[in-house]
Amino acid sequence: MILIDALLSGVTLGGMYALIAMGLTLQYGVARIMNLSYGEFLIAAAFLAFWFFTGLGVNPPAGLLLVVPLAFLVNWAIYRALLTWLVARAKTRAALEVDSILATFGLLFVIQGIALVAFGGAYYSYSYLAVPVSVLGSTIAANRLVALAAAAVIGGGLYLVMTRTRLGTALRAVAVDPVAAQLVAIDIRAAAAFAFALGGGLVAAGGVLVSMFLTFSATMGVLFTMKALIVVIMGGVGNLMGCLVAGLLLGLAETLVSRFVDPGLTLAATFTLFLGILLWRPAGLFGKAAR
Amino acid sequence: MTFLPLIPATLLVAALATLPLYADGYCLSLSLSLLNYTVLATAWAMFSGPTRYVSLATVAFFGIGAYSVAVLGEVLPWPLVLLIAAAVGGAVALLVGLSTLRLSGVYFVVFTFGLAELIRQLVTWYEVNVTRALGRYVFVDVTQAQIYWQMLALATLVFLTGWLVGRSRLGFALRIIGDDETVAPHVGIDITIVKVALFALSAVFMTLAGAIMAPRWTYIDPAIAFNPMVSFQVLIMALLGGAGRLYGPLLGVIPLTLLFEFLIARFPNHFSIILGLVFLVIVYLVPNGVAGLTARRAAR
Amino acid sequence: MTRLLEISGLTRRFGGLVAVDGLSFGVAQGEIVGLLGPNGSGKTTALNLVSGALKPDAGTIMLDGRPIAGLRPDRIARLGLARTFQLVRVLGSMTCAENVVAGLAFRRPVLWGEAAARRAGALLDRVGLGGRGAMPADALTYIDQKRLELARGLALSPRILLLDEWLAGLNPSELQEGIALIRSLRAEGTTIVMVEHVMDAIRSLCDRCVVMNAGALIAEGPPAAVLADPAVISAYLGGDDA
Repeated sequence: MILIDALLSGVTLGGMYALIAMGLTLQYGVARIMNLSYGEFLIAAAFLAFWFFTGLGVNPPAGLLLVVPLAFLVNWAIYRALLTWLVARAKTRAALEVDSILATFGLLFVIQGIALVAFGGAYYSYSYLAVPVSVLGSTIAANRLVALAAAAVIGGGLYLVMTRTRLGTALRAVAVDPVAAQLVAIDIRAAAAFAFALGGGLVAAGGVLVSMFLTFSATMGVLFTMKALIVVIMGGVGNLMGCLVAGLLLGLAETLVSRFVDPGLTLAATFTLFLGILLWRPAGLFGKAAR
Repeated sequence: MTFLPLIPATLLVAALATLPLYADGYCLSLSLSLLNYTVLATAWAMFSGPTRYVSLATVAFFGIGAYSVAVLGEVLPWPLVLLIAAAVGGAVALLVGLSTLRLSGVYFVVFTFGLAELIRQLVTWYEVNVTRALGRYVFVDVTQAQIYWQMLALATLVFLTGWLVGRSRLGFALRIIGDDETVAPHVGIDITIVKVALFALSAVFMTLAGAIMAPRWTYIDPAIAFNPMVSFQVLIMALLGGAGRLYGPLLGVIPLTLLFEFLIARFPNHFSIILGLVFLVIVYLVPNGVAGLTARRAAR
Repeated sequence: MTRLLEISGLTRRFGGLVAVDGLSFGVAQGEIVGLLGPNGSGKTTALNLVSGALKPDAGTIMLDGRPIAGLRPDRIARLGLARTFQLVRVLGSMTCAENVVAGLAFRRPVLWGEAAARRAGALLDRVGLGGRGAMPADALTYIDQKRLELARGLALSPRILLLDEWLAGLNPSELQEGIALIRSLRAEGTTIVMVEHVMDAIRSLCDRCVVMNAGALIAEGPPAAVLADPAVISAYLGGDDA
C-alpha cells in the first residue's frame, strides 16, 4: 500500500527532523546562539558512525554511545572557546544574534572544508540492518524503525528532563528570562554552555541515526541546518512540543511531495509550508505572541 | 560643495575605463572580478548595512541574472535581456521581502539562507522536466573588454545610487530603522515598504552583475550559477570593509579578491577551510570593518 | 461637540490576561489628561493601543472624528499623534539634529533638507537643547535624552502628544525644569495625554485625570478629586481587589 508506505517514511524522516530541531532550539532558545554550522555536526557524526561501522566494526547504536558524549564535549569547548567571547561583546540580544550568525557561518565553511578534504564530495552510505520488516501491510527497512525508536527514546527523555528536573527547569527559566533567572541564582553562562553542548549532542545523535538509512555527503550539512531552523521557527522557538509537531509535519510534507508530486520539488514544498505557517502564525505553531 | 566628491570619482572612472586598452588578459580578468565583487558587496551593504538584516541570498539574485542571460541571451537584444533579468530579480526580491521582512529579522536570515538552494532546485527541476537538459551554453557575442566596461558602468551606477539613497529620505528612514525599529513607525515611517524597497533595489544590482558576468562562462548549470560560496565571499568582503559606509565594502573587496585569487590557485582543496578561518578572524577582530575602525579613530 | 480623542470600549487581551478592559475616555482640544494607575494596570498598553504599536481586540478610537483603532503606527503618526517611550528611545548613532529631523521627514507635510535643519534647530532650542544639534544623541545625559525625545515628538506637529512616564527618573531640580517645559507646551495649546506616577506633576499640570486598575477605568475627574477617591487610594495601596 503506497500511501502507508509514504506515511511511514514520512514519520521516520519527520522524527529525525524533530530530534535534530530539538537540539537547535536548545542552542537558540537557551544559549541564544543562532548556529548556522549546526548541520555540519550532523554530517560529522554521520561520517564518524560510518567509520566506526565500516572501519572498526562498531554498530551504529553502539556508535551512538561514543559519538554523542564526544559531540557534547566538542560543542561545549566550542561554546567556551569561541562563543562566550561574542556573548560578552554583544550589547543586545539582536547584536548577539547577528554575531553568532556570522561566526557560525564561518565555522560552517571550516568544518565543511575539513570534511571535503577528508572524504571528498562523494555520497556515502553503509548497510546496517537493511532487512525488510512488515508493518501495517507495508514493508520498511529495520534500520529505519531502529532509528525512529531511538529518536523517540532520546526525544522523550529530553522532554522529561526539561519538564521534570531541576536542571530542565533552570534551562527553561534561562530561555524565558535570563535576567530573572540570574536573580534566582541560576548560573546563566554555565546553563547556556550546557544547553549548547546538549544541542550538539542531540544533532550528533541525529547524524548517527540518519546515517543508518540515508546517503550523505560532506556538503549536505547546510540542508539539515536549514530544515532544523525551519522546524524550530515553525514550531515556535524554544518549544520542544513545537519541534515534534513541526518536524513530523515537515517530514510528511516532504515525503508526500516527493512520492506523489516530484522529488525535485521537496525544498519548494518545505519553504511553502514554512511561509504559510509563518504568515498564519508569526510566532510559530506553539510560540507565544510577543507582548 | 556637496557635489565635490563627484569630480575625483569621475576622473577615477575615466581612468579605469582606459584599462582594456593596455592591460593583458589576466589583469583584465582580475579587474573584472574586482568590479563584480565591488558591485555585489556594495549592493549587499546598501540594504544589510543600515538595517543589520544579514542577507545570505546574494548568489540567488546573481544566479537569476546569469540564468536569464543563458536562456534569453541568444533570442533577444542585449539591453532587453538586461532589463528582463533586472525585472525578474526585482520581482523575486519583492516577493521574498514582502513575505519575510514583516517578520522578525531571524526569519529573514533563515529564508535567505535557503533561497539560493530553493531557486537552484526549482531551476534544476524545470530544466530536467521541461527542457530536458541540465546545462546551457551561453551564446552572447561580447568581448572581455566590453564585459569590463559594462561592469564598470554598473559599479558606477551602484555607487551613484548608494550616494543618492544615502542623501534621500529613503536612506534616512533606513538608518532610523537600523537604529531603533520601534521608534521608526512612530515618526511616520512605513518600515515594511522601506525595507522591501531597498532589498529589491540591492537585488536588482546583484541580478545585473550576474547577467553581465554570465557570458564569461561559456557553459553554465544551476550548480555554477547558484554557488553558495559567492554569497559567503560577498558577506566577508562587505564585513571586512565595513557595511556602515558606502565606500566600506570596497575596502574589503580589494584585499580579499586578491587573497582569494591567490588561495584558489595555491590551495584549491583547502580553500573553504581557509576562507572560513579568514571570516572568523574578521568577525572576531574587526567587527565594524576597516571603515568602522578609521571612522572611530577620526571621531576621537 | 466631539472631543479630539475619543476612546470607547477599548479592550486588549494577552492570552488569559485582559490588559485593557473596556476602557472609555475622551480628551478635549488643548487639554492635559493624566492617565494614572498602579504598575501593571494597563496604562502603557493603552498608550500602545492608541499609538498603534498594538492592535486592540475590541473598541474604537477616534482622532478628530476619524477611526484609528487598528491602524498601523506610521499611519497614526501621520494623522497627527506623537508619543514618547517609557524607557527613553533616542537614535543613538545619530546627532541630536538628525533625531529631530527624523520627526520632520516622514510626517505630512514633509520637511526635508535646509528647511528641516532650520526647524530642527528651533525645536532643539524649544526643549532647551539649543546649540547641541551636532552632538551624538547617545552622549546626552538622561534628562537631555528625554528632552530630545520630546523634540522629536513635537517635530511631528502633533494634534495630540502621548507622554509615557516622561518625568520618571528625574532628580528634583530636573523635575521642576521638566514640569515647566510641559506647562509651556500647554500654553501653546498642545493637547497631551500623560502616563505619570509623579503626583506633584499631576497636580500642577493635569486638567483631568483618568485612573485605571486591572485594565479598567475606576475614576475620572479633576486631579484633587480623583486622588482623594477611596477607590483610587485602595487601588494604589493594594486594596482587596488588587
